[in-house]
Amino acid sequence: MARPVQEINAGSMADIAFLLLIFFLMVTTMDVEAGLQRRLPPMPDENQKQDDVQINRRNILVVRINSLDVLLAGGQIMDVSQLKDKAKEFLTNPANLETLPDRKDKMIEGFGNFAVSEGVISLQNDRGTSYNAYIQVQNELVKAVNEIRDEFAMKNFGKVYIALDEDRQRIVREAIPQNISEADPKETGKK
Amino acid sequence: MAKFSKHGKKGVPALSTASLPDIVFMILFFFMVSTSMRQTDRLVVVKVPEATEIAKLERKDLAAYIFVGTPVANKQAQVGTDARIQLNDSFKTVADIRDFIAAERETKSEVDRQFMTVSIKADVNVRMGIITDIKQELRRTSALKIMYNARRGEPVNN
Repeated sequence: MARPVQEINAGSMADIAFLLLIFFLMVTTMDVEAGLQRRLPPMPDENQKQDDVQINRRNILVVRINSLDVLLAGGQIMDVSQLKDKAKEFLTNPANLETLPDRKDKMIEGFGNFAVSEGVISLQNDRGTSYNAYIQVQNELVKAVNEIRDEFAMKNFGKVYIALDEDRQRIVREAIPQNISEADPKETGKK
Repeated sequence: MAKFSKHGKKGVPALSTASLPDIVFMILFFFMVSTSMRQTDRLVVVKVPEATEIAKLERKDLAAYIFVGTPVANKQAQVGTDARIQLNDSFKTVADIRDFIAAERETKSEVDRQFMTVSIKADVNVRMGIITDIKQELRRTSALKIMYNARRGEPVNN
């Protein structure tokens, strides 16, 4: 006859679990890795002669933030809250104005021809600009592009951009490119 | 002394703690899944700016972090209060970013190297000068995928 197996006392299980819990609370962080993703332009080759790519004036929206965090977009001083509408107007050019960017027909695979805006937003900042102001401006510009993408996606696919499948997202991305260029730093406002 | 007699006293039945381990384990697993290991000690104070259009980083393991901010209080006696760059576990200068990126690239597998993202965690109050220097250095080292770390929230203008 087998001896009955002695039962293990599980009373301290809670204590052990608490120890582990507290250990994990101490050594881990809950940071979410999120933010504004950007792609920097590659460094121009020094040996290569730099040919000036002349982009038509109407195709550039210059957004400047000076060292006092004052925003200048397309020659007008404005508040950050106005920037989104300005950028949207610039990128969509609803009235086909001469002063706003040109559109060029482009063949998009799986969609057909679409008049893609040639507008580029050039973001310039000063060394004394605060990071917060810079991120706010970046955020507004990304928001403008995202809203145009949503409108495009809504019109053509009946869904917002984020709800589309991979292939349609690519179509939207190609139709509404995110052309935000971060200019080479200029030595301005130096003391 | 019948008032104080222990006989016949109806005490509250003891609370069963048998399910306590289960509850604690549940919390434990929650934390294990939702958090990540802290990799470096922070030497700079970073309060990332708030933004609304943020996107989540897809591959956390392919990120390299650059912290920019004012040194923590107990380091200020040595390094001052000016905004500094922290790479790994020490204060570094812009010139060290090149080596740092090269070392980070080495730790990633060959196929994933091109997807490496440099996450810039900078404090809201730093000036763009230092960020511009970092960006220029990153361009020179061809680490072009970057991310400005931000929290979700309504942006505050100050």
